[in-house]
Amino acid sequence: MKLLRMTPGKGDVLLAEGDPKVAEDEERLIREFRRQLDLGMWAAVPHEGPGGRREATMVRDFSEIPEAAQQVIFFPRAAGG
Amino acid sequence: MARRYVRDPARERRAEERARGLLRSAAGEEAFETYERFGFLSFEDREHGYGYLIYPQRPIIGYDARSGELLSEYCVRFRDGSDPEAGERLPDADDVLAKWLALRMDERGTLGTANVHPLGRQLDPAMVRRDLAYLRHWQRNRMVGADE
Repeated sequence: MKLLRMTPGKGDVLLAEGDPKVAEDEERLIREFRRQLDLGMWAAVPHEGPGGRREATMVRDFSEIPEAAQQVIFFPRAAGG
Repeated sequence: MARRYVRDPARERRAEERARGLLRSAAGEEAFETYERFGFLSFEDREHGYGYLIYPQRPIIGYDARSGELLSEYCVRFRDGSDPEAGERLPDADDVLAKWLALRMDERGTLGTANVHPLGRQLDPAMVRRDLAYLRHWQRNRMVGADE
């Protein structure tokens, strides 16, 4: 699983990568996941929905990430423009 | 001395290339093709009959998915001030992906956050109507091609 963050001037940057089934990796992934949420980011898990349609789910806790997720994308929260 | 944003076109091109890769992996091939071809994304909530055209660094345009009638401009932004030298704006492809993800994850919440304006405040309605017509024509041809 990869934790990625959209950033100005760079595009997405890789924050952490690992296998959540490996305890050491999981600990690192959880730490980074929480850090990004503390920074005010939203976390999205893109996935395939019914009929192959692309969808996305917001996750607020590491435990909500589906087991099959390949990537979690962090991006700034929406604000009125 | 405080660091400040200085425009760097080469850096911005590289960032946009990277962002297009993320858009492709997250939103899928059709969304990627739409962005490459038209410079915006679309999203239709078929259950409630609304559609949205998602322009980079510009408002989301809501429309009636059945009639194609344009409804409102939804001004929403995703600013990141963590690196003053890079500015606050995400690359265009990240900006449209952020809007697409937000609509996918929480359509009502995203629209509730937006400042809503009548059509024409930032985008020319005639241009948006043309964009929607081109998009629908292309989507129909794409579906016919996939069926053959």
